[in-house]
Amino acid sequence: MTAANTASAISAARAPTAKTGARAFARRFFNGDEIARAIVTIAAAVILLVTLLIVFQLWTKSDAARERFGWGFLTSTTWDPSGEVFGALPFIYGTVVTSALALLLAVPIGLGAAIFLSELAPPRMSNALTFLIELLAAVPSVIYGLLGIYVMVPLLRSSVAPVMKSLFGWTPLFSGPFYGYSYFAAGLVLAVMILPFIVSVSRQILLAVPPEQREGALALGATQWETTWRVVVPFAKRGIVGSVFLALARALGETMAVTMVVGNTPKIAASLLGSGYSIASVVANEFPESAGLHQQALIELGLVLFALTIIVNGLARLLVASTSKMEARA
Amino acid sequence: MHTMKNRITRVAALALLAPIAAGAQTQVTGAGASFPYPIYGKWISTFQTAKPNVQINYQPVGSGAGIRQVTDGIVDFGATDGPMNDTQLAEFKTKRGSDVLHIPTVLGAVVPIYNLPSVTAPLRFSGEALAGIFLGTITKWNDPIIAKANPGAKLPNADIIVVHRSDGSGTTFIFTDYLSKVSPAWLEKAGRGNSVNWPVGLGGAQNAGVAAAVKQTEGAVGYVELIYALQNKISYGVVQNAAGEFVSATLASVSAAASGAVANMPADFRVSITNAPGKDAYPIASFTWLLIPTKIADPAKRTAIVDFVKWALSDGQNLTESLSFGRLPPAVIAKELKALEQVK
Repeated sequence: MTAANTASAISAARAPTAKTGARAFARRFFNGDEIARAIVTIAAAVILLVTLLIVFQLWTKSDAARERFGWGFLTSTTWDPSGEVFGALPFIYGTVVTSALALLLAVPIGLGAAIFLSELAPPRMSNALTFLIELLAAVPSVIYGLLGIYVMVPLLRSSVAPVMKSLFGWTPLFSGPFYGYSYFAAGLVLAVMILPFIVSVSRQILLAVPPEQREGALALGATQWETTWRVVVPFAKRGIVGSVFLALARALGETMAVTMVVGNTPKIAASLLGSGYSIASVVANEFPESAGLHQQALIELGLVLFALTIIVNGLARLLVASTSKMEARA
Repeated sequence: MHTMKNRITRVAALALLAPIAAGAQTQVTGAGASFPYPIYGKWISTFQTAKPNVQINYQPVGSGAGIRQVTDGIVDFGATDGPMNDTQLAEFKTKRGSDVLHIPTVLGAVVPIYNLPSVTAPLRFSGEALAGIFLGTITKWNDPIIAKANPGAKLPNADIIVVHRSDGSGTTFIFTDYLSKVSPAWLEKAGRGNSVNWPVGLGGAQNAGVAAAVKQTEGAVGYVELIYALQNKISYGVVQNAAGEFVSATLASVSAAASGAVANMPADFRVSITNAPGKDAYPIASFTWLLIPTKIADPAKRTAIVDFVKWALSDGQNLTESLSFGRLPPAVIAKELKALEQVK
């Protein structure tokens, strides 16, 4: 093929006539462009379809419960399977409190570890430590739960709780008797479980910050810490927040480890040392032996968890959007 | 090329033969209660060695799921720890066009476990004490109601920490059924069921979760299946029965509870034997049932199921004690064999 031929073929492909348009399509098709396009579009559609199907199933299978309890389902605190009275508030509260506690503990530690691994540690050490941290993510949640029951709960009861109570016992958050199984225990286990997500993703993001950013800051006379905190971390902020979202989603939906240490009491306790329940846990515990309205209420809880995840994610996104806008203005 | 062709012919021949081979083998599926799964598993493997042409597959998915699956016709038979209620029976009839038989297979019991290092002899619980503890009206171990039944025991002035099952369970049904019978206050406030609205206490997942919480927490009280307590060597309390005697849960006292119920056994076997009459009867005991439809269209399946159940009720009963299940009284078995004749 000569150069002139190629040029004319290209111009023909650009010309908007039907015949050449079809030829251009065929060319793209045989080059694989159209096939690839179709495949990735289908992949995206499948994700959307699965999500919609889940919502549809949760919605239709909980119709009797929704009709019976209405919006009161969200605010009622009674959960009585034998009397067929169902309210979701204790579970919503427990899910939110344990997840928030987990984030509160895991985000500072996770971010700190990620900064150390990306900015300070020698590369070989960084890689070895990251490997270890990623191993934590591969541990099944039932193992975390068992460690929680047999190691963490006795330890909390014997040494941690008395200290916490003497320091913070005057606040309602740390009042009341402590038997080990509590929001506090569940939050701690969740914190350990979500830590690898935050560390591993944040480290990748921090490593991806262009070296020129660091060099520029250092050249302007910033210390290493100033460079990290004022330049590198803000540059990577979106990605770091993304890793926190991922961790939060994991915490909201965690079932096994939470149910093993949270106490499984469908009541709202003001104290973090009290026992409670979470949405995912009650569904896992009661679904196999449920029937009728009880089962419908459990499915509606699934719907509530879905909505809760969407709301929490939406709020977090708004937060990020508003802070970046403020920064842009400043 | 030649060998390729040969192979294809061979595969085709196999494909044709396969359905014929499978036809000689009768496949039966069942699903339901997990509590009797150890004995059902043992029965099935023993039965199949005697009858290799029958293949029985039992899945321990839980009583509720078992009832649903047999009602929907997904499995050939179901199994449950709590009998089906009248609504469920009516639904079965409209969906399947036949009745369903409740066939008691073995007996189980639930025992109260506790963690009181100062108490050496097995603690004695009256029905009033158990109901009070789980209702939250009795909050200290040295409460007069507990002390009355345990003269001489060193009961501490300590809080009682109640632990119950968090997962829906036949064990919870048996325990709350007993509490409902001995305490009107319990019946009104919590009632009976696989899951109930517990007035007080922590929830542990499965027998293991309850046992772990009780073992670790001084002053805790919970309940587990007798088999679980025996196999894991957990000491358990003695419970007062309807005749006023304090009885320890043993395979004999559990069978005695069933014998006490024989006299007023209803024709459909849907009977609760908690708080049963009889001096030797252990009060927190129950049958566990197989659910057999009275109409099974496939004759091979029908024969297989009926043969299996008949065998389980005769020779199969000899295997119960090695697995810590209570065996059925002969009078009950005789009634059941007669009921099985309804299966057509």
